Amino acid sequence: MTNIPETGRSPRVQIRLVVIQVLVLSLLGTLGGRLWYLQIREGDQYAKEASGNHVQQVVQPAVRGSILDARGVPLADNETRLVVSASRTDLLKMKDDGKAVLTKLADVLGMTSEEVMAKVRLCDAETPQPCWNGSPYQPIPITDEATPKQALQIRERAEDFPGITAEPQALRRYPSPGKANTAQVLGYLSPVTDEEIQKAQDTSSPYLRSDMVGRSGLERQYDKQLRGKAGVTRYEVDNLGRVIGKAQSDPAQPGANLVTSIDARVQRIAEYELNEAMKAARKVHDHNTNRNYEADSGAVIVMEAKTGRVVAMASNPTYDPNAWVGGISAKDYAALTGKKSNYPLLNRAIQGQSAPGSIFKVIPTAAAINAGYSFEGPYNCSSSYSIGGQVFKNFESQNHGPISLGRALEVSCDTVFYRLSHEEWKRDGGNKPKKNPDDWFYKTAHQFGLGEETGIDLPNEVSGRVPDRQWKLDYWEANKDAWCKTGKKDGSYVERIAYENCLEGNRLRAGDSVNYSIGQGDTLVTPIQMATIYAALSNGGTLYDPTVGKAVISPDGKTVTEIEPRAQGKLPMSKKTLGQIDAALEGVATRGTAAWRFGGWPQDEIPMHAKTGTAEVHGKQTTSWFATYTEDYSIVMTISQGGTGSGASGPAVRNIYNALYGVSEDGEIDKKKALLPTPQKTLPKVTTDGTIKSPKISKDPAKDRATTSPSPDAQATTPQDGQDGTADQQQAATVPSPEIGNRDTRRRERRRGGGPRRGDGRPRRRAHHGRGGTGTRRTAA
Amino acid sequence: MSGGVNSFHVSGYGPEKAGWTRVFARDSLARRLDWPILLSALVLSLLGSLLVYSATRNRTELNQGDPYYFLVRHWLNTGIGLALMIGAVWLGHRALRTAVPLLYGASVFLILLVLTPLGSTINGAHSWIKLPGGFSLQPSEFVKITIILGMAMLLAARVDAGDKPYPDHRTVLQALGLAVVPMLIVMLMPDLGSVMVMVIIVLGVLLASGASNRWVFGLLGAGAIGAVTVWQLGVLDEYQINRFAAFANPELDPAGVGYNTNQARIAIGSGGLTGSGLFQGSQTTGQFVPEQQTDFVFTVAGEELGFVGGALIIALLGVILWRACRIARDTTDLYGTVVAAGIVAWFAFQSFENIGMTLGIMPVTGLPLPFVSYGGSSMFAVWLAVGLLQSIRLQRPLSA
Repeated sequence: MTNIPETGRSPRVQIRLVVIQVLVLSLLGTLGGRLWYLQIREGDQYAKEASGNHVQQVVQPAVRGSILDARGVPLADNETRLVVSASRTDLLKMKDDGKAVLTKLADVLGMTSEEVMAKVRLCDAETPQPCWNGSPYQPIPITDEATPKQALQIRERAEDFPGITAEPQALRRYPSPGKANTAQVLGYLSPVTDEEIQKAQDTSSPYLRSDMVGRSGLERQYDKQLRGKAGVTRYEVDNLGRVIGKAQSDPAQPGANLVTSIDARVQRIAEYELNEAMKAARKVHDHNTNRNYEADSGAVIVMEAKTGRVVAMASNPTYDPNAWVGGISAKDYAALTGKKSNYPLLNRAIQGQSAPGSIFKVIPTAAAINAGYSFEGPYNCSSSYSIGGQVFKNFESQNHGPISLGRALEVSCDTVFYRLSHEEWKRDGGNKPKKNPDDWFYKTAHQFGLGEETGIDLPNEVSGRVPDRQWKLDYWEANKDAWCKTGKKDGSYVERIAYENCLEGNRLRAGDSVNYSIGQGDTLVTPIQMATIYAALSNGGTLYDPTVGKAVISPDGKTVTEIEPRAQGKLPMSKKTLGQIDAALEGVATRGTAAWRFGGWPQDEIPMHAKTGTAEVHGKQTTSWFATYTEDYSIVMTISQGGTGSGASGPAVRNIYNALYGVSEDGEIDKKKALLPTPQKTLPKVTTDGTIKSPKISKDPAKDRATTSPSPDAQATTPQDGQDGTADQQQAATVPSPEIGNRDTRRRERRRGGGPRRGDGRPRRRAHHGRGGTGTRRTAA
Repeated sequence: MSGGVNSFHVSGYGPEKAGWTRVFARDSLARRLDWPILLSALVLSLLGSLLVYSATRNRTELNQGDPYYFLVRHWLNTGIGLALMIGAVWLGHRALRTAVPLLYGASVFLILLVLTPLGSTINGAHSWIKLPGGFSLQPSEFVKITIILGMAMLLAARVDAGDKPYPDHRTVLQALGLAVVPMLIVMLMPDLGSVMVMVIIVLGVLLASGASNRWVFGLLGAGAIGAVTVWQLGVLDEYQINRFAAFANPELDPAGVGYNTNQARIAIGSGGLTGSGLFQGSQTTGQFVPEQQTDFVFTVAGEELGFVGGALIIALLGVILWRACRIARDTTDLYGTVVAAGIVAWFAFQSFENIGMTLGIMPVTGLPLPFVSYGGSSMFAVWLAVGLLQSIRLQRPLSA
């Protein structure tokens, strides 16, 4: 090569050829350098990425733990269902994105192809339900109600259904034992979202793609314990997910079981009675608004007074928690979240807040004592109390003359508390408040635990509100702009209020303190707060953190972690005051505002204490409150736009007590019929293999009672009342307004038939017969 | 290509003996052939067949159930390529010179055909003609050759005749016009990768022809302005813009556009020094890299043969390019020089772009790696080019 002959070409070309050669070689050098950088310097990093690339996890979901009632009856468990699901990854690899396969599948399942397509699309901001909000890599369930025949069709013609599987799966089930629905307390599950997976990635309990997560209620609160640990098998796969390598697996660990303090039977009765009370209220005419009560929502809580454990907690309107299992349908979702449905997902026992009305009065009573007033008084229960021209009337303008605080509680005298609260307000400086006002009435409310969450083991509890000076100021700061804009001195009612608020909304006014003293105005409480307070009044003054969970039992039954009741504080009053208030509340039940509801109650055996409340809400009908307690239980019920406390809620609460203690309408106690005369202390028995024994429960405890205690003065008796547990005949009689309340008639209302019955048909017929035929009541048993 | 057979009867100029004699004059031919180029090209083609086999033996959706489908076809393509090379050597590049107008016309006709309903689209580029029997033709590969030959013919004509030391402006304009017509058609397909290669070829040819510096720099400037204009006017398809975006930031969309780039880099990076062994790469076996037998074939080498294998491929390409540069410098006429330089520009850029995109230093375009990638048209074209290089070398006066 050394003897290169003359080429006869110009040096310019020769130079340029050298330039080209150098350029080309430098390009190749660049490639070599880059290759060295990637493979040698960064090689380890990429090797790691490559191994992550082709390892695929196959998840065997852990069986979620059951939620049991206090005796071991499952409120939430699992059942095996045939689930047909579609793999999006597989479908998207087809030419038509799997449309043909889905259409074929819809045919087999007897659904429309639109329905099926909607189920497999992914949720985003613009996609309405139904849609899949879980991981796009996880098979998406299309139906969990496939028949064995359908499943067989799909599996035998697997080549016709690529990406479709039909397999038995453990699915959450809410069996509603004894028709106890317990929906809002139990909550529901839905698939984990990508966001949650990322968030929990580095925590001690990361989520897997297939996980279902508790979204509300106990399912959410105890999600960690219930969830268990999914089994994971790791395969080496190719880019299409075909297995090309070995597997390594961790078996699934089932979740722990949660024993609650709920008693399914009592829960059922509470739900039933609440619903009946609301239905009855809707038949009662409201004189103020000149239409029937709307009774749009309500809640009732049965609490163990000595522990704060919740025996029953019902919220109305309610829903069927099974609607969520296997993906919720568009219709169901709309029904559950629409305004028309009045938000049945809300647990109004802990998320509903409203003015408490007179059941609040135990707080100003204690506050007055703390402020130095004597219990005995006497205090003038005048028909009205006026402040600078503004007249605050007593309920129904009654005048009881000079009375003690105890009597003021019994007859629910507003003016006594107006006066005390107003005096305290003046002592604190009135419109020109002292530097450090005592604010006894507000301080005491805080000490009762109001204005903050009770700490119940359920998510999203609301705190209520004590409208004290600080709150007024904060609220004014937040709203003054709007008020000052819309307020007019001589405008409409609302405009005048806004005008006033704009001017002096930052100050605690005399009227505020007066309204507050009877649980009106801006005061807000939740039913669970009131249940906690009345339980504390019963147990000698200890405020407990209410609990629903009682124990977590490991899947093998060997480890039992009890959830002990936890005291969060003491009621701010002496033993003596407590005794006086206790006596007064007993008086309410025996001779006060609730007495007509407890006619014939065996007061000597089971001392009953009660307080009624009828709270006014601007622009709405009155809220019915009824707070009660015995030695062992505290029951609080409220019905929004339901009427008076004793009127709307009274009979239902009494019926719940009747069921708890086995009390018949005329006051006899039949221990055999008592569902739970004393709270369930022991935990359900766990056998050696980890299964928890569950006692038998009758089909519908409420029905057992309904059939045995019909009321003779029921109107419009419907024979087919049983099916959905919405019998009309019992409650119609029990909600007369106080004016026509006639104790004698009522005492004769109920009769007791046979014992609790299993079947629906026969006893019902007999009950109907007894009611319609003779209208007599016999005291059997 | 049928035009080439006709051209045999048209005698070229120069000290040319009868074709038969030349082929069978073994001792001289054997000595005068450029063996490094031939052997490197052969090794690359055979190595390519193994890599293609590794990438496709499990891809049942592509190989129609026959794991050797692509291997056999790659060999077949190489064989045809060798035959084409021998044909080119036999005819000689100077003989081909007279047939250039015909070849050029035929290749432009074929790329025009692609734009008719006879053309078909593969991977977003409408640059294929479907032939019966599952074959398909990518005429833009052949246009690369005819542009080189055509431009060389025009640019060298008067210089080789001794009229002028350098091609004048008019000749350069004519040569550019000759190149621009097929380039515009290919751009319509749109096959941006091939257009880019052609631009580089034009630059290389002009450089080697000794055309005025003003042309070279003027073209570079025009190219830059043209690129900006194309971008601004939105002539590019979305997938092309996305490829550039993904090049700028591969993390942008790891499941979509950036997927190729990421997976390719993971495959190569995981190879390390010696690779996971032929047929042992998990990225390749798992088929994580799309188009792995064609545009991304280098990733198979990177993963399974490691740095050693990857560097070997680059080195073999380097040998070919090095020898081709020598051929360009050593030949006696400007025609041969310009053709060889055009081939150098073509091979160099196409190799750099192809390997560069798998290494993440160039944006993704659909260009095959010469000799290694699976694909008939590309294989035929590069072997034809090898034939031209050999022919140019054979025309060189004997050193002895």
